[in-house]
Amino acid sequence: MSVVARFEIRYLQILDPQGNVVAPLPEFAHAPQRLVALYRWMVLMRAYDAKAIALQRTGQINTFASLLGHEAVNTGVASAMDKDDVFLMTYRENGVQLMRGVTLKELFLYWGGDERGSDYAGPRGDFAICITIAAHAAHAVGAAYAMKLRREPRAAVCALGDGATSKGDFYEAINAAGAWKLPVVFALTNNQWAISVPRAKQSAAQTLAQKAIAAGIECLQVDGNDVIAVRHAMDEALERARSGGGPTLIEMLTYRLSDHTTADDATRYRNPDEVAEAWKRDPIVRLRTYLTAAGAWNKAAEDALLKDCNEQVQAAAQAYLDTPPPTAKQMFDHLYAQLPAVLHKQRAAALGDD
Amino acid sequence: MAQITLVEAVNLALKREMERDPAVVVLGEDVGVDGGVFRATLGLIERYGPERVIDTPLAEALITGMAIGMAVEGLKPVAEIQFSGFGYTTIDQVVNHAGRMRHRTQGRLSCPLVLRMPCGAGIHAPEHHSESPEAMFAHVPGIRVVYPSSPRRAYGLLLAAIRDPDPVVFLEPTRLYRLFKEEVADDGEALPLDACHTAREGSDVTVAAWGAMVHESLAAADALAEQGVSAEVLDVATLKPLDLDTILASVAKTGRCVIVTEAARTCSFASEIAAGLAEEGLLSLLAPVQRVTGYDVVVPLPRLERHYMPDKGRIIAAVKKTLAFG
Repeated sequence: MSVVARFEIRYLQILDPQGNVVAPLPEFAHAPQRLVALYRWMVLMRAYDAKAIALQRTGQINTFASLLGHEAVNTGVASAMDKDDVFLMTYRENGVQLMRGVTLKELFLYWGGDERGSDYAGPRGDFAICITIAAHAAHAVGAAYAMKLRREPRAAVCALGDGATSKGDFYEAINAAGAWKLPVVFALTNNQWAISVPRAKQSAAQTLAQKAIAAGIECLQVDGNDVIAVRHAMDEALERARSGGGPTLIEMLTYRLSDHTTADDATRYRNPDEVAEAWKRDPIVRLRTYLTAAGAWNKAAEDALLKDCNEQVQAAAQAYLDTPPPTAKQMFDHLYAQLPAVLHKQRAAALGDD
Repeated sequence: MAQITLVEAVNLALKREMERDPAVVVLGEDVGVDGGVFRATLGLIERYGPERVIDTPLAEALITGMAIGMAVEGLKPVAEIQFSGFGYTTIDQVVNHAGRMRHRTQGRLSCPLVLRMPCGAGIHAPEHHSESPEAMFAHVPGIRVVYPSSPRRAYGLLLAAIRDPDPVVFLEPTRLYRLFKEEVADDGEALPLDACHTAREGSDVTVAAWGAMVHESLAAADALAEQGVSAEVLDVATLKPLDLDTILASVAKTGRCVIVTEAARTCSFASEIAAGLAEEGLLSLLAPVQRVTGYDVVVPLPRLERHYMPDKGRIIAAVKKTLAFG
């Protein structure tokens, strides 16, 4: 027998968990001030996350999916994207949404059970949060097809989790994206857990990135707690997408430091030692250590930032709480472009004026 | 004006809309070079090229999800699911995404797509090729379900479906694809959606049907006329949202109603119309509503097909039952 094909999976880490530079810094990372800007976003995401959980625990929003530990992934993905790109997301990418112009108040509205939270003023073309796992991977293929058909220098970025790679929707989407060489980036956050099922039980594949090889598309694995590595991988993938080079799958290794959602209790299935180990790879601490050593950050700046972030989320939470609740109209107003005649009666019944 | 078949009318409407609107794209399995397994997309790839007439990988959920992504991004995709029996994997995308995109973003995004599915029995096809899933789709909020019954109706309703700003599941009766021809003017005129059409006027009984069963009901009406019974045949055409008012008005005139579908009986769309009549038309009724449906069995393979599908005889028997009541 002879060998007809051979493959390898590249791995990228630029900052190690101790904040040491272990690979050449990409150009954008040469100026520490640009990294400070990313750091600020990461800290804001964590402050938002903490506030959201507090609001949930006090009955002021509904079930919430925390992004704790995903700050580098969120920041790296969003910072690489252009305004005109399209983002397709799961429920753990509120950080990307923030950086793309969705407001904190809109995010609270969404989790507070109000559809107006998805009618954001910011990135009008971004999709809505997709809760059904991997279904939006097919939407990304369609959106990217439209961009390619119209010869637009844009890309679709589709965020997925490790659990999504077990689904047929995921395989169907990466396969088609490869067949048509579409401008799409599959940004796969491997946080090691699909609710209670650990990565090792989800697939016998050595990496999740390698699933892209079967689809004939570019792939790599990056340290998802290293915002520089995530950003750099995204930059390259988006450049490839925009220049006609086709899709990329980036597996970003991180850890879900939170429960799956506020309705979950991860202590039922997860060893606390594993979680404690994961905290040692905290993406925020890592970047702060690097920036401090580079002389670009200090305690005074940190204190001021924390104060500012807490004020922002506090004000947004208040604005959310002050928003008049939706009326029953909301169920009908945008169901169709124009409400069909047959629904007028149901609408009147729901509004109590039939 | 040309005499054409139903499948040619579908083809004509697709050409007309692709010509008129550069945002219209056609996608599906074998729709390009092959022209579709029923030839509904014949000649499109030669005229509009492989970028707009897209042979997809063999994956129905992908096709549907992709159409959603295209629609949100401003295209007007017309996706073909080769047979409705292969369409059950599309239901996740239709229910969870196509029907919700506009609502869940409060109008920020929309999803103007058409999902074409050949369906129904009567062409002696293998398993999974004779399904009637209309009630499943009609249950889904936020979409339209349209089911033409003739070449003219197929042309006008497909134009309307493509131009509609919301998702439409467009079910095409394979049995009628080539059963008869009709004069169809290629004038680009759409027929109204959300409306029942009167296929034949009558005064003694209302027969409501859709797809191939309209044809069967018209045949029954012909036979009944010879026996002195005047049957009004309604082509429901848009199942969701349902134009119940037209059915109620017809029943107010006739006092009797028979509803015909080749789908399995339980929770069929006939049941929905019967419920509507019970709620809003009871005082018009001179006899209990009759449903003529497929049985609650698996659609049989070709040898038993004729025992399963409602036919002229069963429709006539149901009509006579309503006439004999009281």
